[in-house]
Order: sequence, then C-alpha cells, then structure tokens
Amino acid sequence: MKDQITHGLENSVTSTPSKISATQVNVHYGDAHAIKDVNVEIAPNTVTAFIGPSGCGKSTFLRCLNRMNDTIDICRVTGNILLDGEDIYDRKVDPVQLRAKVGMVFQKPNPFPKSIYDNIAYGPRIHGLFKTKADLDTIVENALRRAAIWDEVKDRLDAPGTGLSGGQQQRICIARAIATAPDVLLMDEPCSALDPIATAQVEELIDELRENYSVVIVTHSMQQAARVSQKTAFFHLGNLVEYDDTTKIFTNPRDPRTESYITGRIG
Amino acid sequence: MTQTSAKQSLFAVTYHTKRRNASERRFRRYGQAAIGIGLLMLLTLAYTIVSKGTGAFQQTFVTLNIELLESKLDKKGNRDLEEMKKVSTFGYAPLIATAFENLAAEREIKTKIKAKEMAQIISKSAPSQLRDRVLDNPALIGQTVEFTLLANSWIDGYLKGRVTRENAQNNKNISVQQLDFVDELVALGVVEKRFNIGFITGADASDQRPEDAGIGVAMIGSLSMMIVVLLLSLPIGVAASIYLEEFAPKNWITDVIEVNIANLAAVPSIVFGILGLAIFINTMHFPQSAPLVGGLVLTLMTLPTIIISTRAALKAVPPSIRSAALGLGASQMQSVFHHVLPLAAPGILTGTIIGLAQALGETAPLLLIGMIGYIATNMPETVTDALLAPNSVMPAQIYEWAKRADPAFYERAWGGIIILLVFLITMNTLAVVLRRRFERRW
Repeated sequence: MKDQITHGLENSVTSTPSKISATQVNVHYGDAHAIKDVNVEIAPNTVTAFIGPSGCGKSTFLRCLNRMNDTIDICRVTGNILLDGEDIYDRKVDPVQLRAKVGMVFQKPNPFPKSIYDNIAYGPRIHGLFKTKADLDTIVENALRRAAIWDEVKDRLDAPGTGLSGGQQQRICIARAIATAPDVLLMDEPCSALDPIATAQVEELIDELRENYSVVIVTHSMQQAARVSQKTAFFHLGNLVEYDDTTKIFTNPRDPRTESYITGRIG
Repeated sequence: MTQTSAKQSLFAVTYHTKRRNASERRFRRYGQAAIGIGLLMLLTLAYTIVSKGTGAFQQTFVTLNIELLESKLDKKGNRDLEEMKKVSTFGYAPLIATAFENLAAEREIKTKIKAKEMAQIISKSAPSQLRDRVLDNPALIGQTVEFTLLANSWIDGYLKGRVTRENAQNNKNISVQQLDFVDELVALGVVEKRFNIGFITGADASDQRPEDAGIGVAMIGSLSMMIVVLLLSLPIGVAASIYLEEFAPKNWITDVIEVNIANLAAVPSIVFGILGLAIFINTMHFPQSAPLVGGLVLTLMTLPTIIISTRAALKAVPPSIRSAALGLGASQMQSVFHHVLPLAAPGILTGTIIGLAQALGETAPLLLIGMIGYIATNMPETVTDALLAPNSVMPAQIYEWAKRADPAFYERAWGGIIILLVFLITMNTLAVVLRRRFERRW
C-alpha cells in the first residue's frame, strides 16, 4: 500500500477501496452526545481535512480512528470503523497494535525529553522493527529525512529533542510517528502552535507524506485545509455536515452551513 | 468621576491612593516582621543547640603510664586466659592508683590527697578498659604501658566550666583538693580535652559513668530501622501511587481510597504505634523493641507521605507525554515506565527522603512498641541482630539522657540532638540536590 503512487491526480478521488471506512459512528462523553451518526470514507494516499468550529467534534472523531478515546473513562464509541476492512473496535483488536498502524501527531509538539535519536527510535524499539543497530540508524535517518528535518539535526542527534524550536519539534514528532511505519497518519491541528514559516514547512511535508500514507488532518485554518487536502469534511455540532472534494467544498458547497462557515459567517 | 479626574493632576496624590499605599507599606512591614521573628527563633535555636551540644564532642582524657604487675593480674604466671579472667576489675583498680602515685612522685606534684583519691578522677569505666586490653593481649603483662583513659565526668565538667570550686565543696563526688591536683596535671599536659570519637561510636553507659556514654548503638538502631522503612515504603508507596494515578478507574471506590490516604497522613503518629503493638507484637508475636517492628510501624506512618508526594510528582508530568507514547503504540505500562516514571523520579525521591527524615525523628509510636524504655548497651553483631535484637533509636537515646539527673548527661542530650540534626539536614540536602540534578525541562 505504501508503495502505491498517485500519478499526478491532484485533488481527484480514486476508485480504490477506502483506507478507513466509518459508518454510523456515535460518541458520548457521559451524557453529552459529541458525535452524531458520522459516515466517512477515507481514501488511501489522500490528505483529508476535518474542519469546523471549536467543539464541533472533529478532534474527537479523529481520536476515534486510533482509539485514543479509550484512555478517557467516560467516553463511549458506537458504530463501525473499518481499517482495511477490519473493525478496529472489535474485541480481538489490541489498541496498542492499532496505534502502531495509525500514527498520531498532536496539537502541541510533544517530543520526549530525550535525545532526538531516542525520540525517533522509541517506536521501532517498542515494536521490535529492527534487528541490528545499523538497521535502527537507517530507520531513524529515513524518518528524519522524510520529515524534512534531517539536514537540520543530523549533527546533533544526541541533543535533547526539547531544545529545538517549535517547528522543528513538530517535525521531530512527525518523524517519530513515521518511524513506526504506520499506514495512516492522524494530525490534530499540527500547526496551531507554530509560526507561519514553520507552518509552511509542515504543510509542504504533509503534501509529500501523501505519497506513502493516508493523512487525516484536523485544522482550524480553512486556508490550510484548502492548501493541503484533497478531501474535506465539515463538522458542525457533532454532525458531519458535508464531505466532498476540497475544491468542491470551498467553491461550491451544497449545505448552507458549510457556506456560512467558509465565508466566515459562523464559527 | 470623569469630571473630577479631568481636573485632577497626576502629580497630586489623591486621598484614596495615599490610604492604599499606606496599607500596602503596612502589610509589607508585617511580613518583614514575621520573617524577622522566624529567623530570630531559628538563630536562637541553632545557637542554643550548638553552644550546649558541642561539649559532648570533647571529652577530658588522662594519659597514664600503668605498670601491669604480673603479681596482681596473673599470679601463677602461666598466661592462662581462664585463670586471668578470674581477676575482676577490682584487681585492676589498684594499678591505676599506683600509677598516679608514681606520677605524683616522678613529677614532684605536691598534694595531700591519697593515691586512691587521685584515682577517683578517672572514669569508673577505666578498670574494665584496662582488663579488656590485657585479656586481648596477655603479652602486655609485666610491662609499663601508656593508657589514655577517660576522666570522671566531674573532672570533665570542671574543665568545661560546668563544675566550679564552690560547688565542689558540697559535692561528695569530688573535692577541692582533687581539683587542685587536676590543675597540676593539666599544667603538665597529662590531663587534656580531646575530640571524643566514643560519643559518636559508643554505647550508652550507666548513670555512674556519663563520660563513657555514646550514641553509636542507637545510631545503628535508627539506621536499621530506616533501611526497613525504605525497603518497604518505597516500593509499596510507588506501586500504589502508580496504580491509583495511571491505571485505576475513577469511581467511588478509588475516591474513598484517595480520601483515606489523605486522612492517614494526618493521623497522629502514636496511633500507628498502638496499631503496631496490637498487630505486630500482640498478634504476630514479633520481638519487642526490635528495629524491624519499629521499621514496620514507621512504614505505616511514612506510606501516606510517600504516596501523596509520588502522586503529585506523577500528576506534574504533562499529559502530552503520555499521549505521545500511547499514540506511538506504547502500552499504558510502557508509557508509564519509559516516560512518566523517569520524569517523576526526582519528585518521588524528594518525597521519600522527606518521609524518611520524618520517620527518623519520630519518637511517639516507638514508645508503644518498647523502643523508648529499652536502651541497648551492645553493638549488634549480625544483620539479624541489628533487625531483631532489642535496640533503641537516636531520639529515644536523647530522651533517655535528658531524663537523667547528672548534668553530664544533659550535655550529651544536646550533643545527640546535633547528631540527629546533622542526619536530617544531610537527608534534606540530598533531597534538594537529587531534585536539582535530575530535574528535566519539557
């Protein structure tokens, strides 16, 4: 799947089977109904953006895709989410194995207070992805190269990851997620703590990552969604209002709420 | 309001501002006064302890050449240890008197007191010290050997200014003539004050020999107890905290446990003492006065402290670190042991050391398991002995000395407090240093 290459089909939706297919997903936090009957098909090798006003459930839904919501006691998820046709909420599925296949990058850069090398090597180490030290070195180098930060840190892999700038830290976190060789990369507002230059670097990176992964990105910035994604889902008050090609959403939305949001009248 | 402020110049201070500033100044002065009082008390405390306690670290010693007469110590002359052991300390006492007589004659000291009275300036422990030395090395018999012997506590008190000629007149333990004799010996350098290692390493002594008493055995008692406390409370406390903080579901049962741990930290320590008496001694029949039991009781007391500080340290680790690990496919245990625990370690260590320091100074719960009444006079010889043989602890030894009538013991109580404080300050400093050393930023 990783080696599949899209042949310049910018912003097109291929007919290949969905990477992730969510049907009738509902999420409750205690009594609060956070996600209501959401159906989404996420295509492989595509960047999918989730947009919507604060509290609309886009992050919550993202966290359903790698079962990060499991760590919240009061959170209850119903419905079907299939990854490559397998139900990720099946009893036999160990969330730990799932999260190795569905990597995640968080809103705030959160490198471990360890060396850059150890940050990247952590995933491969716990999953046993290498045989020799040289293998691990290669994995680390490739991950850092793909995250477009190799040149900046290659001379100080022993330096603590926390000593880097915000943008560099976020790219380290992306490299760290890539190093476990996931199929899908979830990004929860990855640029909200970054300045415009760092944001541009990360966005460029996201576009490159599409070659090998399905990327799902939650963002507050509609410009960002328009720049990086091929498909966009608009969430509002827990409902998936509209899900379509990004160009269509931003030029010719079907739903009046979507139009109000992208033109700045609500949200 | 807007009209008045329009007229008001910024240079003229209004009535309101004046009052506000005055009250602020007043409040600052209250604060400074409070700090001043605190500092003054601390200084007074430190000064009192040091001035009264340092005496215990210096002791008066007498250097004597004693002829170990064969005729007295080994009448048959066959160096048979069993035979020699029959000569009690009474057999050795005259040798000391003779040594003084010889010394007085040699150095031409003019005094009216008799040899026996001269020998009284020496500690009552001296004959047994002589005897031990001879039995260790029978070859010394027949030779004249130089001994450094402890002076009697009254002589020690005289050199330290505690005993004066005026109160010697009414004192049956010491006479003015003896003090004159001591003055001569001081001039000759035979009697002098030296650093007293025996106070730190030695055992307690009977009421008659305060000069011989030391805190060493109690120190071993405290040490073995602290080891028990550390080995039990650290793993149990940390395991309980990690479970409660990271794994336990948040429901009413964990809420009840949480509230009770907080309450336990506030329970008077003597309650833990009576619990220990009931469970460990009456039900489980552990030996009384044993450091093991003391350690168990203090573990109960220290656990809440360690659990509370460990949980605070775990809580202080940002949740983003946990998410990062979980997001990479680490299990919850991996996330805790690889990332959270190392970051919380400085806080855990600090809490543990503070808890241990508290336990070290604790006296009340030990009262009930018999560690205060019993004062050991022998060093424990094996590890089992150190844990199970009756012993005491430093605060108990200090309390015991403060209770006794002889002022020489009073001085030792202060000295004991200095040693206890040195331990506590060392432990607290260690806590600060460890925290600084291992603290990491994120």
